[in-house]
Amino acid sequence: MKMCITAKGDTPDAQVEERFGRAPFFLFHDSEQDTYTAETNAFADAAGGVGPRSAQVLIDHGATVLVTGQLGGNARRAIEGAGIEVYQATAGSTVREAVAAYRENQLNRIL
Amino acid sequence: MKIVVASGKGGTGKSTFSANFAWSISRSRDVVLVDCDVEEPNLHLFFPGDTSESEVTVLNPAFDMERCDLCGKCGDFCRYGAIAVLPKQILFFKDLCHACGGCRIICPNEAISETERVIGKVWDAPVDEHLRLISGVLNEGEPNGIPVIKAAKEAAEGNDLVIYDSSPGTACPVIETIEGSDYVVLVTESTPFGLHDLRLAAEVVRKLGIPAGVVINRSDGEDDETEAFCRKAGLPIQMKIPFDREIARLQSRGDLFSVAMPEWQDEFVNLLDDICTRTGGAQ
Ligand code: SF4
Ligand code: SF4
Repeated sequence: MKMCITAKGDTPDAQVEERFGRAPFFLFHDSEQDTYTAETNAFADAAGGVGPRSAQVLIDHGATVLVTGQLGGNARRAIEGAGIEVYQATAGSTVREAVAAYRENQLNRIL
Repeated sequence: MKIVVASGKGGTGKSTFSANFAWSISRSRDVVLVDCDVEEPNLHLFFPGDTSESEVTVLNPAFDMERCDLCGKCGDFCRYGAIAVLPKQILFFKDLCHACGGCRIICPNEAISETERVIGKVWDAPVDEHLRLISGVLNEGEPNGIPVIKAAKEAAEGNDLVIYDSSPGTACPVIETIEGSDYVVLVTESTPFGLHDLRLAAEVVRKLGIPAGVVINRSDGEDDETEAFCRKAGLPIQMKIPFDREIARLQSRGDLFSVAMPEWQDEFVNLLDDICTRTGGAQ
């Protein structure tokens, strides 16, 4: 299973980023191999349409779970349409902690 | 001659100025006044009467899912993020689409056609024999007013003297309104806020390379700072409308002050003459 966590940095020890479309990095966690891959969000500073475009990145990576802070309306539509589950990140936690919290069923599902 | 009336921010009395200016000069010649403040057009409130209406449409993509193989090329292409290609479907975000038509061209399977969507209208009102008012009106919830501004400007094409009332601020709609004009009148107030916004507006006009002048509205007579700025920026102060009880009273009733105070009609005609002189005499 592939999971995406929006992050402020490109390592598993970076803090989780609250904003989805404007997150500087997307970290993808592969649960089978327990590996992380970081992807720079090319749209973090784009003028508009960042929500759907970021959603497209997740879809292209085959992520089925997203952990983030907040989702805009358009991003929500795209994420929902792709059948990706969304969980609320705990503010201030790291990517690694967010993955652990997800495994222990401690995160609230928001979509 | 195409004259744009602009201001750095709302609330400077720009619309009131435009309405009085256009009405006054239309006593002696034909004028078309265009309301380009498409999100909040209000000039029609000064000139009630018959109006004809035409729709403004944009072309949006329509997807034929029989032909689409979800290759994702359209989604990659659209720089506005208006298309998301999901594993089993395509999502189209109409409020993000800028109607560029590119996705239709890029699609390898001819799965995209174009369909018209109404985003606003243009009102055309013959106020009287010499004054015509054209208003661009953007439908509520629509994010992009540029096509409506374009349509309103187009409706006024072919006339000798057109006055465009732009939306406040310095964003894209203002630039769209100013582009192609001969002169810009910047309406400001003699307050510190007014000066700040005037600076921004003056900078935009300078960059666009269009000659401009300043009108100080609701002047309290203490305009030193504004005057100093205009001197430095090379902007002539072409008119001052004083803070005046009678003007305020007339305006609060929605009346044009130049109707009740005919001496102002001459002032506005003089302003037009001044503008014509500054732009090389062409009328
Ligand atoms: S017409 Fe242009 S802006 Fe609209 S969806 Fe297609 S590519 Fe995007
Ligand atoms: S480019 Fe054409 S075929 Fe490919 S996903 Fe878009 S609509 Fe479908």
